[in-house]
Amino acid sequence: MALLGLAILGKFLTHAIVVFDPVTVRLSEKFLPPLSPYNAEMVSREDAPIAGIYLLGTDELGRDVFARMLEGTSVSLTVGFIAVGISILVGVFFGGLAGYYGPRKILFLTVDTLIMRFVDIMLCFPTFFLILTVVALLPPNIYNIMIVIGLTSWMGTTRFVRAEFLSLRDQDFVQAARSQAIPEWRIIFIHMVPNAIAPVLVSATIGVASAILTESSLSFLGFGVQPPDATWGNILADGKQFIFDAPWLTFIPGFTILFVVLAFNLCGEGLREAFNPKLREGV
Amino acid sequence: MKPVLQVRALKKFFPVYGGFLSHVVGQVRAVDEVSFDIFEGETLGLVGESGCGKTTVGRMTIRLIEATSGQALFEGQDLFQLSPQELSAVRPRMQIIFQDPYSSLNPRFTVERIVGEAMLIHNRANRMNLKEKVGEVLEKVGLSSRYMKRYPHEFSGGQRQRIGIARALALDPRYLACDEPVSALDVSIQAQIINLLQALQEETRISMLFISHDLNVVRHLSHRTAVMYLGKIVEMAPTPVLNREAAHPYTWALLAAKPELDPKKKTVHVPLKGDVPSPLNPPSGCHFHPRCPEAMEQCKTRPPRMVELSKGHFVSCHLYGD
Repeated sequence: MALLGLAILGKFLTHAIVVFDPVTVRLSEKFLPPLSPYNAEMVSREDAPIAGIYLLGTDELGRDVFARMLEGTSVSLTVGFIAVGISILVGVFFGGLAGYYGPRKILFLTVDTLIMRFVDIMLCFPTFFLILTVVALLPPNIYNIMIVIGLTSWMGTTRFVRAEFLSLRDQDFVQAARSQAIPEWRIIFIHMVPNAIAPVLVSATIGVASAILTESSLSFLGFGVQPPDATWGNILADGKQFIFDAPWLTFIPGFTILFVVLAFNLCGEGLREAFNPKLREGV
Repeated sequence: MKPVLQVRALKKFFPVYGGFLSHVVGQVRAVDEVSFDIFEGETLGLVGESGCGKTTVGRMTIRLIEATSGQALFEGQDLFQLSPQELSAVRPRMQIIFQDPYSSLNPRFTVERIVGEAMLIHNRANRMNLKEKVGEVLEKVGLSSRYMKRYPHEFSGGQRQRIGIARALALDPRYLACDEPVSALDVSIQAQIINLLQALQEETRISMLFISHDLNVVRHLSHRTAVMYLGKIVEMAPTPVLNREAAHPYTWALLAAKPELDPKKKTVHVPLKGDVPSPLNPPSGCHFHPRCPEAMEQCKTRPPRMVELSKGHFVSCHLYGD
């Protein structure tokens, strides 16, 4: 939980992005290692970094890596959360339909067969290459990336929600709601979804981590967010050419991604533990 | 008196899938040609062993389960012929109380929402007077209206069952299917709930189907009792008549199995051999013949017909009639 707090703090800090300017180019100051002071003779006062030192060094254009990392935090976390948000919406919707209307027939197939086989088809695609193809066709901006990541990662949620719905559908409180002629959309979304959402939220925290990774890999390959906007992935990608001259350009974003993904995974584990005893008590 | 609910030749077969390509390999005859009437202000008790189809009958009478064939006429309308809209209009007048007070209440709703939701949807209350109306119903089942903002897990089993009853009564139904409402409760709490149901019936003249495997409970509460065995009603009689002159060998066994309060009183124990046969492959003739102490040759081949022994006392056994 503390780690999640750190991640959110990082996002808050990006509001101070004006303080840490990520776009200023100082060609005379390139490849400075972390914590080096700025050269007052070559750089004008207004281009100087805060406190006069480059916390995490500079890159090949003399940009402040710390400022760029902060800008990237906002992009990466937004992509993570929104992509997962989309995948949860789609996943809960399809999972709910498959779970509740499962045995109903459309033509000669049941709703359940239709949706779950579609899920299987989606799972058969190598997701990353699907994303690459789509991104190659669409203009590579951050919104398209969120949507594409979201629309290719909902299958797990659908399976979760369907499984939960199958067990919830026969529970007496759902039958009671039916016997009182409560509209079906209310039964599904107001009675059942809140009771099915706990495992979905747990898997979502892990989903955030994998969405951040996907975005980073896309940016690393150059299909993601385009320069000069910074994300952890493209800082890493730019840095890899200078890995021997300026190793901090690779290691800083690399470790940040590692830690944040780890943080979200641990957070998911924590949530799983927090939810389980509650569920057993029937809370 | 006019019947509120008339059940005619109700059947429910569950298909069993198996084999290659999972085709239907057999059918569980959960409910097989069950017929009965429930009159206004009357309680019909339905007893039988586990798995004999009692619950399925109860749920079909309010169409929570679709019937394979047969009719359930509620106030003259066949429930299974109604369109979804018509059914929604009828549903508030027939309600159900569930066996398990732990799974029958939505764990994420407050008591106010559990009881009040249907009232809002069916325009029995609006946002302004909801609290007041829910409070009234809660008082009716013996719960304080202070509990309105609490969640189900904060209550004991008996209190939860009261909440379940309050939910069923919220819409002012004419018919109540009680699906083993006291089986999951302690004996002392059972008595409270039974008394509550009786008091409610005297007050509102509601009709009830009371399903239980406990003959004592049914005897105490119901005006008439039907005994079910393997999907069929084998005997049905006014409760006092059934206690005095039970006719079917299965009913004898049930009555004999009931614990007696007075230790001096001698009971004739009628032993039942074996287990309930599988409803997937019921015995030929009379379903009860493999376990029946009075089994005759014809029981193995010919299914018995319902005969009326005295007024309102029906039995389905070869010992009588024919």
